[in-house]
Parts: sequence; C-alpha cells; structure tokens
Amino acid sequence: MRHALDFVLVTLVLTDLVLLGSSRLTACIRLVAAQGVLLAFLPLALTWPELEVAAMALAASTLLVKGVAFPLVLERAMRDARARREIEPFVGYTPSLLVGLGMLGAGTWLADRLSADVVRSPLMVPVALSMILTGLFFVISRKKAVSQVLGYLVLENGTYVLGISLLSETPFLVELGMLLDVFVAVFVMGIAIFQINREFDHIDVDQLDSLKG
Amino acid sequence: MNPSVTFGGPLATALGLVGAPLLLGVINKTKAFFAGRRGPPLLQAYFDLVKLLGKGAVYSRTTTWVFCAGPIVGLAATLVALLFVPLGGVAATFAFQGDLFLVVYLLGLGRFLTVLAALDTGSSFEGMGANREVKFATLAEPTLLLALLALIRVAGSPWSLSPTLGNISTASSLGTAPVIGLVAVALVVLLLSENSRIPVDDPNTHLELTMIHEVMVLDHGGPDLAFILYGAALKLWLFATLLAGIVVPVRTGNLAVDLGATTLVALAVGVVVGIVESSMARLRLIHVTHLLVGALVLAAVALLLAVGWSR
Repeated sequence: MRHALDFVLVTLVLTDLVLLGSSRLTACIRLVAAQGVLLAFLPLALTWPELEVAAMALAASTLLVKGVAFPLVLERAMRDARARREIEPFVGYTPSLLVGLGMLGAGTWLADRLSADVVRSPLMVPVALSMILTGLFFVISRKKAVSQVLGYLVLENGTYVLGISLLSETPFLVELGMLLDVFVAVFVMGIAIFQINREFDHIDVDQLDSLKG
Repeated sequence: MNPSVTFGGPLATALGLVGAPLLLGVINKTKAFFAGRRGPPLLQAYFDLVKLLGKGAVYSRTTTWVFCAGPIVGLAATLVALLFVPLGGVAATFAFQGDLFLVVYLLGLGRFLTVLAALDTGSSFEGMGANREVKFATLAEPTLLLALLALIRVAGSPWSLSPTLGNISTASSLGTAPVIGLVAVALVVLLLSENSRIPVDDPNTHLELTMIHEVMVLDHGGPDLAFILYGAALKLWLFATLLAGIVVPVRTGNLAVDLGATTLVALAVGVVVGIVESSMARLRLIHVTHLLVGALVLAAVALLLAVGWSR
C-alpha cells in the first residue's frame, strides 16, 4: 500500500502545480475536485489491510463533499458570475509554477526540521506542508473570488493530509468535524461570491478596495 | 569489473555510431505510415550522408574559420559525449565521478559552436534561429541536469551515469516509479526540443520564420552539412537510448540481451516520436517556453521527491 500512497501524494503535488499554471477557472475547479477524490483514498490507504468503518465513512464523506459538492457549488457561482478565466493574476503563470516549486522545496526542508516520525511515507509531511503553502500563495496571487476559494480549499486539503500523517491514531471524528466546517465555509463563500457579483457586476476582489467611501 | 562489461562499452558506442541514422529512418517511416505514404527508405539518412560527403562545400566570403569550425566541433562534442552515456545497463566506454556534467556541457559546447557558426554568416534569419536555439537551451539544459540528478539520487549511486543506469532495475523500480516516471516525461520533452522535432521545431519545414535548428544550418553544404546531420542523429540516439535505459530497465547481465533490448526500445522511442509528429502541430514559439518550463518543473519535482524519499 506504500506505493499506492506515494502515487497519490505525487499526484497531489502535480495537481497543485498544474493549478498554479492554468488560467481557466473551470479547469481549476476540476483540478481541486480531483484533489478531493485523491484525498478520499488516503484514509483507506493508511488503514489498508483492515477496512475500518470510520475510515470508510471519512473516505466516503470526503469524496462526497470535496469531490462532488464543492465543484458543483463553485461551478454554479462561476456561471452566475460569468467569470471564465483569471484575467491578470498578480503573479504570472510561469513565475507561479516556479514559486510552487519553491513551496515544495520549503515543505521538504520544513518537514526535515520537524523531524516528525514517518510511519507511512516520508513524503506525507513535505507534501502536506507544500500544499498548505501553495494554497496560501494561490489566495494572495489571484484576483477572482472563485480562485481565492480554490486557494482556501487547497490549503484545507493540505491540513487534511497533515492531520492524517501526524496523528498515529487518527481521530476520524475530528476530521469529519473539519469537513463539515469547510463545507459550511465554502457554501457561505459561494453565496458571498453571488452577492458580490450582484452588487458590483464582477468578482474582481482587487477592485473592491477602490469602491470604499 | 568483469571483462564482458569493459568490452560492452566500446561495443555500445560502435552500435550508436552505426545505428544512429537508422533512428531517423524509423521516425520518417512512422510518419509516412500515418500519412498513408510509402515514405523514404529506412536507410535514407545513410544515403544522404554518403551523398553529402561526396560533394564539395561552398563558403560565403563573409564567413570566417568559425563557420567551418561549427559543424566539426558540433559533431566532435556529440561523439565524445556518446562515449560517456551508457546504453541501458551496459556501462559506457568511460565513466568517472561527475561525468554527467561533462556530458551536459559537451552538448552545450556543440550547441555554442553551431550558434556561433550561424551568427558568423551575418544572415538575419540565421541570427533569429540562433536566438531561439539559445533561448530554449537555457530552459532545456537545467532540465537535463535536474533529471539526471534525480536519477542519481534514486539509484543511490556515485555521481556517474553508468553506475546510475546500472542500478535502475525492474526489481527496484516499483517504489521509485513516480520519480522515474516524472524524469521520463521530462526527458521525452527534452528529446523533442533538443533534437528539434515537432511540437518544438519542424525538421521538414523550410520557412525561415518558423524554424529553429534548420535555419541555423541553412548556409552549410556538402561535408559540413553531413557532419551536422550525423551529429544531430547521434544526439537523437543519445537521448533515445538514455530514455530507453530508464523506461525499460533490462538488466540481465547478458551483454547481447541488454544491448539488443535497449536498442529495440530506443527504436520504439523513434516510433513514438513519429506518432507524436504525425498527431501534433508545431506549437507557437511562446508556448514552447511553457512546455519547457513544465518539463523543468517536472524534473525539479522528481529531484525534490527523490530527496524527500531518501531522508
């Protein structure tokens, strides 16, 4: 199962990087949905030989919330806002990719410093940290509100991987609670995007500053 | 080191010297098959080389010795680089600590002289080709180095190409498959861009505005052009065998089996290149940069993962 776990982690890193390099919002939403589906495999891969009910419940709810519900909510918000692509991000796509590489390097270095005991795969902590950093960077480097929600989701996916990897006895109830929190947050953000769009006819967060007073 | 291995290196090099133009033939046959044509004979590249070597060369009065040195140094650099690249599990003729840097910089030296020769003609088109070649090389060279470093890290071997490729075997490849896969994808992009194939450059086009490599060698003729063609074939062979040695690691220890298997896979790489060329159009120059940056990122991710693993 170690190999399957590594494969999932590497694919997570790659989806992060593709996300940083793509401008179409639909593609970005699909990528984050794919991340959600990949995350659903993690609890199963970790407890592999025996199939615990809690792990299966977590996998199923992750798949349902991150793989199905979020993309639907976000695509709806995007369609309502008539926003197809990120027009001019603060950091261009190619520099973003290089920053993503830097984040992976930083994650590897940080994981080394943490010296967390690696029971499953030595890649888990570096990948989790790099996902958190990439999510944060995505939030600050993009202008569209939908992209910022996506950045928040990547950040949250990172904490999910970190939570699973650092706790030897993963309290699945805590993970389920977090999932519920995130679900509510994304739901609220979807509504907020709709409201911003109705009020200002765009979801360019950058321009909201200038409307004050 | 047993005698068969030391004997294998020169044999592998000789195989490369003889077989390299065949790879061009395989690519052209594949393209012809997809286009529904019969295509040029499999050995057309050999005929071309013989024909060109029999011709005289014409030199423009504006050119200097640099123009003549370009093809010679280009071919010589690639020939020397070939001596250090193992053919799959068969160790290369020469190997020492850090030979991968020598290989990368020998290829760089060949490119540098080709570019200088192109600039020496004073033609604006050739200057444009040189400009593009160097621009893409700045992205391709670090990618090659990062990919090779990732391989060395995964194989856990000394800093040399031959033991590294020798250590990558089918038995150990399952755990390291993600890194090997990333390196292989990066190497495929490199193979296409470094050997001026579609989607980076079109080897058949003769419209100067879109060419990269072909436009640089427009003014060369006769034996000079033969040297350039042969050098390009050797470079393609070098990349194809490197890729073959990584993707299908046949390490039986039997010299004939190892050599044959890797050579066959290298020819299969030629078929893949032909399929890519038949099914894709040349990318716009601005997108070539994105493609190469993508390959660079993949190679860097492979290296970081390899470092993370061996912690």
